[in-house]
Amino acid sequence: MRTICFYFQVHQPFRLKPYRFFDMGEDHYYWDDYGNKNIMRKIAKKCYLPMNALLLDLIHQYNGKFKVSFSISGVCLEQFEAYAPEVLDSFRQLVATGHVELLSETYAHALVSLKSKEEFQASVKKHQQKIKDLFNGYTPKVFRNTELIYSDGIGSMVSEFGYNTILTEGAKHVLGWKSPNFVYTNAHNENLKVLLKNFQLSDDIAFRFGNKSWPDYPLTTDKFTKWINALPKEEQVLNLFMDYETFGEHQWADTGIFEFMRALPHAVFNNTNYTFSTPSEVAENGKVVGKIHVPIPISWADEERDLTAWLGNDLQDEAFAKLYELKELVAKVDDPEIQRDWNYLQTSDHFYYMCTKFFSDGDIHAYFSPYETPYEAFINYMNVLSDFILRLKEYEQDKKSKK
Amino acid sequence: MKVLMFGWEFPPHISGGLGTACYGLVKGLAHHNQDIIFVVPKLWGDEEPLADFVNASDVEIDYRERRFKTIWKNLTYLEVSSFLVPYLGPDEFRKFSERVAHDRTDVDESIFSNKFEFSGKYGKDLMMEVSRYALVAAQIAKNKKHSLIHAHDWLSFPAGIAAKEISGAPLIAHVHATEYDRSGESVNKVVYDIERAGVHAADHVLAVSHLTKNTLVKRYGVHPDKISVLHNAVLDTSIIESNFVKKVPEKIVTFLGRITFQKGPEYFVEAAYKVIQKDPNVRFVMAGSGDLLNRMVDRVAELGIATKFHFTGFLKGKDVDEMYAISDVYVMPSVSEPFGISPLEAVRHNTPVIISKQSGVAEVLQNAIKVDFWDIDAMADAIFGLLHYDGISRMFKELGSQELKRLKWEHVAAKLIKVYEKTIKT
Repeated sequence: MRTICFYFQVHQPFRLKPYRFFDMGEDHYYWDDYGNKNIMRKIAKKCYLPMNALLLDLIHQYNGKFKVSFSISGVCLEQFEAYAPEVLDSFRQLVATGHVELLSETYAHALVSLKSKEEFQASVKKHQQKIKDLFNGYTPKVFRNTELIYSDGIGSMVSEFGYNTILTEGAKHVLGWKSPNFVYTNAHNENLKVLLKNFQLSDDIAFRFGNKSWPDYPLTTDKFTKWINALPKEEQVLNLFMDYETFGEHQWADTGIFEFMRALPHAVFNNTNYTFSTPSEVAENGKVVGKIHVPIPISWADEERDLTAWLGNDLQDEAFAKLYELKELVAKVDDPEIQRDWNYLQTSDHFYYMCTKFFSDGDIHAYFSPYETPYEAFINYMNVLSDFILRLKEYEQDKKSKK
Repeated sequence: MKVLMFGWEFPPHISGGLGTACYGLVKGLAHHNQDIIFVVPKLWGDEEPLADFVNASDVEIDYRERRFKTIWKNLTYLEVSSFLVPYLGPDEFRKFSERVAHDRTDVDESIFSNKFEFSGKYGKDLMMEVSRYALVAAQIAKNKKHSLIHAHDWLSFPAGIAAKEISGAPLIAHVHATEYDRSGESVNKVVYDIERAGVHAADHVLAVSHLTKNTLVKRYGVHPDKISVLHNAVLDTSIIESNFVKKVPEKIVTFLGRITFQKGPEYFVEAAYKVIQKDPNVRFVMAGSGDLLNRMVDRVAELGIATKFHFTGFLKGKDVDEMYAISDVYVMPSVSEPFGISPLEAVRHNTPVIISKQSGVAEVLQNAIKVDFWDIDAMADAIFGLLHYDGISRMFKELGSQELKRLKWEHVAAKLIKVYEKTIKT
């Protein structure tokens, strides 16, 4: 049996407000409430609400034969609660059908897996708890790390955390001649199954769908089912992983993306022998063909499929190093606001805004950034971090003087 | 294709940025083996032989040519109506205008003599020289075969127009700065009129930035399709490793340029005040002179930051290099800057730069922090960030040399040749 596995990443960061150096020591609130609310409201209207409604329809229409999975970051869930509770309700409805799987990840959609195992685990636990609280005791079984970042080492840790499946990118430089359309296992630990994104077909939907200069434009369900029928018969699993904001936000409604998705299950059931599965089902039923070796971390970002969208230039490295230097200090502080800021500051988007790669290509970065240049992103972040450090030091001083 | 080009000055004898830009452009064109006749009011003989130079002072005017009379008739308004002298103070200006009023008949006579010795400067006889230059241009257009005319800024626009009338070759008017950039809202009507006549008589217009293009569209009524943007470039794109050593322990933040309204010096002072309040380990330097200098000194004293804020006066040659070299941050807060080459010089010295969004150079320089000139909070913040967060200055140094390589005059010239070809065709 051949199957399609849809996984959608749902994430919005808490963006920083413009925070000047002269605010340091005086203003300890860093978050752009107005901007974050507006963006959330806008995307809720354009994407989350209509797409959730559409998926719910499809699940009912096909009696659960159509299914999807989501990973929703903790910081995004918080913003649903604050700015768009109706979106949270619609996700609850979806999960309640029993045909929608929720995945585990770090609470803040952070890069912490690259830095500290303890912090990584703490962040995953925090996310787990949030899902449990919001989704009626739901416990995710499959892990998806931030932006599909994965390596053999990260896989080992995730396996130790108790997960048996993880999602990542089917990066060309990792796969070589191998196909992403099978189930693999972690190189160190065969108990952890690894599902790989078919980036060709995923990106046909996520990136190229509305691109009129793409030779295959327009993408129809007929075309799409023809393509998946043409895949070698022995390849059993087609993992279509993408940003949920693809629907209505990256690809606007007028590209026909909603109509495409509405028609897709019908076309798949009629023209092919594919079914739909959640990641758990794929891991359980799919044939394991071997280990996948990923010594150096990969991700689903940019052409390189590496970490350079978030780390590697001087700006990103300094900010990242300075942030995690604070790990021990933060651990000692039992203050909800410090803990909240510590989490929000770890969100990977802050580092993404500091990427200088767009100087040469990738205007994708510019599209997603609230800053005009990576330098502004860096300065703003460092100003905030400097104040955060001041606060941590004050706590330490207070503690000492109390003793 | 032979291009007849009219400029006002050419290195090494220059007093403004126009000469440098012309030099870069001609050098770039020479790289592509373009045939250029370059006319300047006065040649000194030590110019680099990049083009067929014509010294306007040597050109004899043939008065039997009837068409020259019409050209002259159209030009006389320059003489009668204007006492324009850029870069002269009000006092000198008054003295000068009195003198011109008396000497007017002499002026006419000297213009109609066979030869005329141009000063080639921006002195008090500027308007007379501009008119005479046009007459000479007509003569040159008659003598020298050419397929295209290219005139730089308003000083040579009348020359370009006159040449076009004689030869009928298409005219390209190249705008390096407009009267609005030089004078804010209090524009000199005569200069404005010449600029306007130039860009409208031209078959195609070149602007040094989109900023300038917008000014031409909005203020001069030029159709946007008629304007191509041709950004300036850097003459030498190598990184300068200098041995200048800072003599103070503090970090240095520098403003370098004319201290005039359009360079935005007051925003630099206000931003400095904000930074100094938070960080005592920094010194600010304002290098240059200009009509706002005294006001800046007053303001610095009033803010009580004079021990941290220094004025150097006008800097030249080596001192300029030293200033760039010992600076930790270079700021160009221009209110209106058609292009602005100085940040690129700072980049050559590995000095991080903050530039105003209201500058043409902001359109090509990625490796810089860009702020609105009026946003002193953002400016202060950028200064603070560059001084305190090491990653960012490391980043600037790394990307600076890469970036300069993209900004070569030969690339600009290649683009210009395309404009030439298109203009000749249509």
